Amino acid sequence: MSKKLPSVDAVMVGVGWTGGILAAELTRAGLSVVGLERGQSRDANVEFAFPHIRDELKYGIRFGLMQDVSRDTLTFRNSADQMALPMRQLGSFLLGNGTGGAGAHWNGQTWRWTPYDFEIYSQTVKRYGKGAIDDGMLIQDWGVTYQELEPFFDKFEHTAGIGGTAGNLQGKVQAGGNPFEGPRARAYPNPPMKRSQLGDLFQNATQNLGYHPFPGPSANMTQAYTNPDGQALGACMYCGFCERFGCDYNAKASPNNTVLPTALATGKFEVRHDANVVRVNMDSSKKRAVSVTYVDLITGEEIEQPAEMIFLTSFTFGNVKLLMVSGIGDIYDPVTNKGIVGRNYTYQLSAGAGGTITGKDFKVFAGAGSESVVIDDFNGDHFDHTGLGFLHGGSISASSTGARPIQSNPGGSGWGSAWKKAAAAAYNTSVGIGAQVASLPFRQNHLDLDPTYRDAYGHPLVRMTFDYRGNERKRSQYLAEVNVKILTEMGAKNVAGRSVPEHYTIVPYQSTHNQGGAIMGMDPANSVVNPYMQHHQVSNLFVVGASSFPHNSGFNPTGTVGAVTYRLADAIVKRYIKAPGPLT
Amino acid sequence: MSETNERRNFLKGLGLVAVTVGLGRPGLVEAQTAPPPAPAPPAMEMAAPSDTSTAYTYVFFNPVEIAFIEAAVARLIPKDNLGPGALEAGVSYYIDGQLAGWYGEAGRWYWQGPWQQGTPQQGYQLPLKPSEVYRAAIPRINEVTQKQYKADFADLKADQQDKVLTGLEKGDIDLGRLPATTFFAFLLQNTKEGFFADPTYGGNAQMVGWKLIGYPGVQPTYAQIIEQYKTPFTAPPMSIANFTDDPPHSH
Repeated sequence: MSKKLPSVDAVMVGVGWTGGILAAELTRAGLSVVGLERGQSRDANVEFAFPHIRDELKYGIRFGLMQDVSRDTLTFRNSADQMALPMRQLGSFLLGNGTGGAGAHWNGQTWRWTPYDFEIYSQTVKRYGKGAIDDGMLIQDWGVTYQELEPFFDKFEHTAGIGGTAGNLQGKVQAGGNPFEGPRARAYPNPPMKRSQLGDLFQNATQNLGYHPFPGPSANMTQAYTNPDGQALGACMYCGFCERFGCDYNAKASPNNTVLPTALATGKFEVRHDANVVRVNMDSSKKRAVSVTYVDLITGEEIEQPAEMIFLTSFTFGNVKLLMVSGIGDIYDPVTNKGIVGRNYTYQLSAGAGGTITGKDFKVFAGAGSESVVIDDFNGDHFDHTGLGFLHGGSISASSTGARPIQSNPGGSGWGSAWKKAAAAAYNTSVGIGAQVASLPFRQNHLDLDPTYRDAYGHPLVRMTFDYRGNERKRSQYLAEVNVKILTEMGAKNVAGRSVPEHYTIVPYQSTHNQGGAIMGMDPANSVVNPYMQHHQVSNLFVVGASSFPHNSGFNPTGTVGAVTYRLADAIVKRYIKAPGPLT
Repeated sequence: MSETNERRNFLKGLGLVAVTVGLGRPGLVEAQTAPPPAPAPPAMEMAAPSDTSTAYTYVFFNPVEIAFIEAAVARLIPKDNLGPGALEAGVSYYIDGQLAGWYGEAGRWYWQGPWQQGTPQQGYQLPLKPSEVYRAAIPRINEVTQKQYKADFADLKADQQDKVLTGLEKGDIDLGRLPATTFFAFLLQNTKEGFFADPTYGGNAQMVGWKLIGYPGVQPTYAQIIEQYKTPFTAPPMSIANFTDDPPHSH
C-alpha cells in the first residue's frame, strides 16, 4: 500500500522547462506546487563547474546528464510487421533527466514557429487543395494561431534572454532578420550572436543566391542579462561545450537559472527529487484526476501525492506513457484508426551537405549551441510546393557549435596512417551545413505500450513505430539539393549532399525533437488535449509540452513549447483558479 | 619488443611508467594448456620506487589480452611521421579502465530480455556487455591467426596485423557466434575515444591526439577570437588537469 501525502494545489510531473514555467507562474499567483523529478538533485553551480564540465567523454559520449535507460527506455520498430526491440542505449535522441531536464543541456536554439504551422491543414487545403495531402497523412490545425501565441513567445524570449535580430516588427519587415517570421510586438531582448567564419561564408553565399540569411535566435546569452523575473545570466564564451553539457558561465538559459529559482523564491514550490511518477489516479467518475503515485527512488516505497491540478510536464514519451499506463483515454490503433493516445508521433528529419574548404582558419573548436546563420526560405510554406510532391520544408543553417574531437569524428570511419592523415587534414577544412526538416504525422507512426518489455517498476515500455512514410523523404532530398547549392557557392570542393536514409534508425544521434502522442486540437475525436493542453475529458489534468504538437516544423521545438506553456499558465492564473473547468 | 620499449621511453618522458604483468609473451602461447605464468617482477630499469606509485597497471585485461590490445591499437592509430600513435598515447590503458568500469559492464544500458536480433535500425541487441565482447573476441582472433600464421595476433608483422584487422572490419574473419564486425566497431570506437578523450582517462597522453588535429582542448573562452577570421589561435592545448587542484595521479 502506498503512503498518502497531504494534498497540494498543483503537482508537476517533471521539473524541466514546462514544469518550471508553470511552477513559477502558479506559485506567484499564490498556489502551492510540488515538482516530482525522477532524476537526482542537480546544483548547477557545482555540477556544471569549470573545468570538470568540459569533459567530452563523460557528458558528450557517455551522456552523463541523460536518462538512465536501464530503468526506463522504449522499444522501437519501423513497421507493425516487425517485433519492436528495446533501445538498449541512448542513440537517436538524448532524453533529459534531473533538475532542469533536457533544458539544462540543450543548445538553446529558440524559434517561433511559422504561422503556417498552427493552421497547416486549412492553409494547405486553401493553397493546394485536399489532393496535396498524402494518403494517411494526419496533419491538422492546432486550434491556436500564431497571433494568439505571440504574447507568449515574447514572454518566453524575455524569460530566456534570447538574442537575435527581429525580422518582422509589427508587420514591418526588418533588414537582417527573418523576413518570413510572424509579426512580433517587439524585438528580441538581446542582440544576435557573434558570427564565425563559416557563418560568414554562408551569409555571403545565401545572399548571392537571393536568399535571406539572419542570425539564429539564441538562448546562449549574447551579453550579461537580467530577465524580467530578476534572474541574472552571464555572457556566452563560445567555449564549444554546449549541447550535452551544462554551462559553466551560467550563460545558457535553462530552467535551472531562470524559472526554477523564480518559483523557489516564492517559498511555495517544493522540488522532490528521486521521485519517479508511475501512475495518475482518477476518481470513480473518470472525469477527475485526484493524485499521482510515485516510486521514491531512495527507499523504493510507493507514495501518493494528491493535488487539485495535475500537470504532466515530463518529456513527450513520459507524458504519453503516463496517460497510457493510467488508462486515461483509448490508445490509438492505426489499423482501425480508433483511439487517440499515441497518435501523431513525429520526429525531426534532416538534410545537409558536406565538403572541403582549404586555406581558411575556421577555428572549428570554438562555438556555441546557437551560433548559426540561417535561412528560412525553404521552410513551412514560404515557397511554392506546386508539383514538388511534398509539403512543408526546413530551415537551413551553418552552425558553429564547437567541433569536439570524439563526436566530430575527424577523418571519418577509417584507421591506420591513412586515417590519421585524413583526420589531421579534415579537422579544420571539412565543412558542413544542414537543415532541420519538418516531420509530418502519418497513420502508421504512433506510440503505444509494448506487450513484452517492462521498465524497472514493472510497467510496460512505450513502443514506437516510426518510419519515413509517404513523400517524407522527398522533402529531405529537396533540402539536400539546396544545401549542396549553398555549400558550393561558399567555395567548397568535393561537395556531397545528405538526406535521410531509406529507413529511420534508432542508432546514431539525430535530434531530440520528439513530438506528439497527446496532441492538441479543438475536436476530442482527433486530439487528446485542447489548445491549452488541458485534457478534453479530465479538466484538471494538463499534458504539457511537445507531446501536444500535432506535427513537427523545420525548427527546434523549445520556443514553441515555451509559448504554449506560458499561454496555459496565463489561462490558469487568470481564469481556471477562479472557475475550474474546461478552458475555452 | 622494440615498440614496447619505445613506448616505455616515451611514457618515461612523461613521468608515466607502465607495469605490465606477464611480460613473457612467448610463454603465454604455451600457457594456453598450462597454468598462466606468475607475473614477472617489474624490470629494474622501468620501476624506480618513486615511479611505481603512479604507474598504470592493467586491471581488466589479462596478459594475452594485453598483448592483443597493445598490438591492435598500435595498428589502428600507428606511430608515424605525424607523431605518436594510440599505443604511445596510452589508449590501451584507457580501454582497460573503461572496460573495468561501468561502461564495460553496460552500465545504464537496458538489460532485460528476451534477447533477439533485429534489424540494423534497431541497434545493438547482443546480450554481451562491452567487456564481454572483448573477452569473447580476443581468444578467437588468436585462434584464427594461429591457424593461419602459427602465431598470436600480437606477434604478427604489422602488415599481417593490418590484414587481420581488415578482415575483422569487413566481417571476413569468422569469430564463431560473435560477429567480427561488432567487435571491430567496439575496438575502433574505443580506440578513437581514448586517443581524443581528456588525458585524465589514461589515453591521449600529453594531448597527442588533440595536437594531431589542432584541437586546443579545454580553453576558458573563445569569445575574443571567434570573429577573428585571419588571426590564428595560438594558445597551447590544455586539459582538465591544467585547471584543477585535484591530486595528480599520472603526470
